Amino acid sequence: MARIVGIDLGTTNSLIAYMKGKTPTVIQGPEGRTLVPSIVAYTPTGILVGDAAKEQLVHNPEHTVYSVKRFMGKGLADVTQELQYFPFKLTEQNGVIRLQFGNKALTPPEISAMILKELKARAEAFFGEEIRKAVITVPAYFNDSQRQATKDAGKIAGLEVVRIVNEPTAASLAYGLQKRKQGTIAVYDLGGGTFDISILKLKDGIFEVLATNGNTHLGGDDFDRRLVDVMMLDLKAKHGLSVEGRPKLQQELRVRAEQAKCRLSAEAQATVHVPLPDSKGEYRRTFSRAELENLVNDLIEKTLAPCRQAIKDAGISATDVDEVVLVGGSTRIPLVQQRVQALFGKTPHCELNPDEVVALGAAVQADILSGGIQDMLLLDVTPLTLGIETMGGAMSSLIRRNTTIPTSAKEMFTTFVDGQTSVDIHILQGERELAKDNRSLARFQLKIPPLPAGVPRVEVTFMIDANGILNVTARDVRTGEAQSIEVKPSYGLSDQEIERMIRDSFVYAKQDIQERQQIEAMNEADLILRATEKALARAGNLATPEERAAIQEAVASLKSAMTSVDHRAIRAAIEKVDKASYSLAEKLMNSTLQEALKDKKLSDV
Amino acid sequence: MESIKKELPLARSMCWHCQSDIGGEYFCGQCVKVQPLSKDIDYFTCLGLPRKLNIDTVSLETKFYELSRAFHPDFYVGKSEMERAVSLANSAILNQAYRTLKDPIQRVEYLLRLEAGAAKDIPGKAPADLFDTILEIQEHLEEFHAAKSEGNAASAARAGDLLRNARKALEAKRAALESRLAELFQIWDRLVEKKTQAHAYPAEKEQTLKEMRDLLSQRTYVTNMLQNITEALE
Repeated sequence: MARIVGIDLGTTNSLIAYMKGKTPTVIQGPEGRTLVPSIVAYTPTGILVGDAAKEQLVHNPEHTVYSVKRFMGKGLADVTQELQYFPFKLTEQNGVIRLQFGNKALTPPEISAMILKELKARAEAFFGEEIRKAVITVPAYFNDSQRQATKDAGKIAGLEVVRIVNEPTAASLAYGLQKRKQGTIAVYDLGGGTFDISILKLKDGIFEVLATNGNTHLGGDDFDRRLVDVMMLDLKAKHGLSVEGRPKLQQELRVRAEQAKCRLSAEAQATVHVPLPDSKGEYRRTFSRAELENLVNDLIEKTLAPCRQAIKDAGISATDVDEVVLVGGSTRIPLVQQRVQALFGKTPHCELNPDEVVALGAAVQADILSGGIQDMLLLDVTPLTLGIETMGGAMSSLIRRNTTIPTSAKEMFTTFVDGQTSVDIHILQGERELAKDNRSLARFQLKIPPLPAGVPRVEVTFMIDANGILNVTARDVRTGEAQSIEVKPSYGLSDQEIERMIRDSFVYAKQDIQERQQIEAMNEADLILRATEKALARAGNLATPEERAAIQEAVASLKSAMTSVDHRAIRAAIEKVDKASYSLAEKLMNSTLQEALKDKKLSDV
Repeated sequence: MESIKKELPLARSMCWHCQSDIGGEYFCGQCVKVQPLSKDIDYFTCLGLPRKLNIDTVSLETKFYELSRAFHPDFYVGKSEMERAVSLANSAILNQAYRTLKDPIQRVEYLLRLEAGAAKDIPGKAPADLFDTILEIQEHLEEFHAAKSEGNAASAARAGDLLRNARKALEAKRAALESRLAELFQIWDRLVEKKTQAHAYPAEKEQTLKEMRDLLSQRTYVTNMLQNITEALE
């Protein structure tokens, strides 16, 4: 079977891993780094991804996209509260957020696809072969739209997403493989943008998820913002400066805040230095660990309610948990570790690298799917209750949260009016009573043959597959035939849109290559023109009139080629100039040599 | 393992792939392809159990894990589309079966559906002996909400105490209902065991099912009431 790689597509960083024999291993980049910052930048010379894009954060803030995972499967209304923190422009079209990227408005899956392509290229360079299949991890608490958006990102990047795996469960696979433990474990996963808690039972190679909970909008980014808020107030008070309309300053504050936060996990205090615009000097602020803890305490507190709910849903008590595993960069914060320890009454494990363990787990799952490891099996659950809207705007639940997947539910539909030919079904996900308080996933239109009211009987099957993604099918009970259904995702891309994006990503790639070739050819042409003109001016007398004429002709044709966008024509013209000026260059070289030797004794040479 | 294989009702008696006869094994004896479970399979049969209400949860889990290893889509990634579809459908049935039978209340509700064709959700019914208590609780709940919205801390506290006492009474009732239910589990299981000898005992069975249904209905009512009190007090 073709190779399947494991990918952790994170809010802040992404990684790609594979199974090296029996050990999951992260693939390193050219500089030995395992993390690829989940940042994409648009520059006049091309698109940058990862470390190179990270360098653009402060210089090119409007065109450098980070934390795009926060926008996956979302509409603009979902993120209005945090718009002020992002220097790039966001709009919405057909329920999907668009990010201004150069002169294009791209969707979060398209931006994510650029990160995936970078990871894919890294793996392809490493293996020397094309990579087509991947397991990609998502937060356990991701809803259907967010999972689907991740799958779409894979498709756009040219990857078949063989499986979507939940991050905490992936971590448990890596952990379980290494420790060969049995018992009940809790995985507390606090990353850059999302929080998950999963309770699992490990027995005889089966990893059974008992319950999961979380918050897909809570992570290290929110901690940074608390520091940024303090600094913004400071700047206003001390320097009368507002970040509004100053994206560079805004981004500088965010980057410095993140650095200070990380330092405060090891040190008692950290000082932030930010250069002020218009040469107004420098802003300095020292944060103590206690101050940071004070600022983010309520956010850490917010992770505990989902933990308690998960423990309850698992039908156990906190003391029944044998081990607590910490995952995600934000679990390096000492206060997080203390709170987790207090909740479970035991010291959490943090010996596995919290940045890498999810990617390693994805590689383990990829190996299971390729038929490598056969004694391990992950039984995961759906994190949110799935239901449909009923008369009066209530939600009727079909599949309860924490149900082991794959799972399905059937519902019978009929008509209320004679000759009615369709029934609308509104699908929801969430734990609230009323439809409007839950997440709208999609609206389906069920086609029904025209018959007297109440006669048609159409059975709809809602199947949640092993990826946690919903598939809906319908069957006419009287005829046994499949019924067609038209799907309108509430926050997702249609199949046609994805097809177009896949095509576009090829076209853009082609366009990008052409642009780069053009730029390179132009640069080279500039260089040779300057050199030739200089040579003619300095040593034109060395050339014969025929040679001079030939050179001038070649130069003229190069200049005219440079007005075109055909890099091949430019290259050809460059070659002509090269050939025409060859003998002049040779003569020039000799004469220069003679000049240089004239004043020197033989012994100096 | 052998016994399960023999009892599993499959969708067809012929292998979908090589058309050889299959006698209930979930893998074809000839071509080893996975076979679809019957759409009408009941959860007890799916997990290789008789229709009894006392189940050893440890062996239930073992069986569930065993069948998961046979059916889970993880082991069918490189297989044909048909095999993947069968694996998905079988896994979904298996997971629902395990979830239902693991929990004693869901288990008996499911049995009632199978044996007596009961509705999916048994409606709640107030226990007759608690009629006065329930009326009082309704009043206390109203008092409590009113006091809260008026900001009257003293009367909210008083109503809260009354509700906490009522909660104890309800919890005791629920425990009593559940212990009678446990007795009926035993009675049912004995009837099932006897059935294999000669008679089906239809009248006794019907009587037991009826009483279980009544107990469940009261239990649902009490549980909802408790839920209301807990929500109010939180």
